[in-house]
Amino acid sequence: MKKFINDVENVENEMLEGIVLAHPEYVKRLEGFNVLVRADKKTGKVALVSGGGSGHEPAHGGFVGKGMLDAAVAGSIFTSPTPDQVFEAIKAVDAGKGVLLVIKNYTGDIMNFEMAAELAEAEGIKVANVVTNDDVAVEDSLYTTGRRGVAGTVFVHKIAGAKAETGASLEEVKATAEKVIANVRTMGVALKPCTVPAAGKPGFELSEDEMELGIGIHGEPGTERKPIQTADVIVDYLMERIVKDMKPQAGDEVAVMINGSGATPPMELYILNRRVHQILADKGIKVFKTFVGDYMTSIDMAGASVTLLKLDDEMKELLAAKADTIGFKL
Amino acid sequence: MATKAEVLDFIRIYADKMAEHRQELTDLDQAIGDGDHGINMSRGFKAVMEKLPTVEDKSIDEILKSVGMTLVSTVGGASGPLYGTAFMKAGMATKGKEALADEDVIKALDEAVGGIQFRGKAEKGEKTILDSMIPAIDAIKACINEGKTMEAALIEAEKAAWAGVEYTKTIIATKGRASYLGERSIGHQDPGATSMAYAFQALNEVAQKGR
Repeated sequence: MKKFINDVENVENEMLEGIVLAHPEYVKRLEGFNVLVRADKKTGKVALVSGGGSGHEPAHGGFVGKGMLDAAVAGSIFTSPTPDQVFEAIKAVDAGKGVLLVIKNYTGDIMNFEMAAELAEAEGIKVANVVTNDDVAVEDSLYTTGRRGVAGTVFVHKIAGAKAETGASLEEVKATAEKVIANVRTMGVALKPCTVPAAGKPGFELSEDEMELGIGIHGEPGTERKPIQTADVIVDYLMERIVKDMKPQAGDEVAVMINGSGATPPMELYILNRRVHQILADKGIKVFKTFVGDYMTSIDMAGASVTLLKLDDEMKELLAAKADTIGFKL
Repeated sequence: MATKAEVLDFIRIYADKMAEHRQELTDLDQAIGDGDHGINMSRGFKAVMEKLPTVEDKSIDEILKSVGMTLVSTVGGASGPLYGTAFMKAGMATKGKEALADEDVIKALDEAVGGIQFRGKAEKGEKTILDSMIPAIDAIKACINEGKTMEAALIEAEKAAWAGVEYTKTIIATKGRASYLGERSIGHQDPGATSMAYAFQALNEVAQKGR
């Protein structure tokens, strides 16, 4: 393992210190906790709290700020934050209008955030939650924990965050978040696995001529391994899976996100994006906005995911609204 | 009858096991999960050991609850809430007891497993902690019902726990991150069931010491 780290036990802490030093105008850290909150607490609105394991930067702390999150809770790498940490975040950002927790669909995240919500409710704070599950690689059936929450979660942060800025109620913000969740789908692929510092070795092995399809965002193996193909063939496969699930019609409008996994250069992400747009044009689907870059990474994994969000007028307006955070500006 | 000293001994032995088997649990998790189970459990029990001197004068239920709270706030992932809830529930079940009779131990284990099922919304046979825990508890109950001692029962419980671990190799994961693998999870041993089997191994070691 070759990384810029000092001590594997201290990676998350030192990263958070570095983020705050770099962006004091955006975020500050709750003293004694791995929680980033807006530099200036926004009142008169529903507060959004998200988070998860570290290793997904800029998610989630990078989306704290105007138009998106009010707090992000950072767990250990790829490990959900604990209830006490989430509870502190809820208490810090609640401005009396309630708090919406945006949770990615992982067993650990749900349990820890639910325990935090129970603690907050016991103190009289109004809390609601939504669970993102955009990953079409995983079948949503009785026999799985359901689809995973992956890069599409960023659209939930953006659109629910914009809704909250309008002064909408907790119920309204939650309904908007759920509408995004119902309409967003993602499929990912990895070319090289990532290495969790504390593990010291890659999460799985991939030879030079292989790719792992249906990859999650935690270095866990995907659902299928295949020989590497050209970018266009890979996108065709990813898009086929998304379209099969989403069933967009000609005339629909979508937002596109080409998300890098951490070690894939922008050049390759743009090549993927090119093909996504070609396919959508062929199907008569209009692209409202495109986002290309690292939004929900997996440390140093080489790979990417394609996300489509089918939009209506409300989501379009909220997606286009101003956002100003470290990792997402509009 | 389990004394407070034995409860403390169990916690220490289990903490040692989590440190000792850190890599093994992590390797198991790398095969079907996100590769951090041993890292998280050893971190949590390291924190438990740091906290233990400050609570060891307290009652059994308070010690168990403290272990649970520490695990919840240090382990993270799914294991934190699950193991944390188990210890907290066991603590609540032993309130007011200065030593634990056989039925108290069984009640504590029943409450612990109930807490895990509530928090994890899982059943036996889904390739989770429960697959070693439930057979182990059932073995204890069967032995006690037959009039055997708790020492004898815990030998059977450990065997049942490891048999449960073996059983997890044959089934598809339908809960937790391993469920994303579907049939690819068959053949792999569940890390959570394994870490739970070490708990029954620790209980058994404590019991055999006291013979």
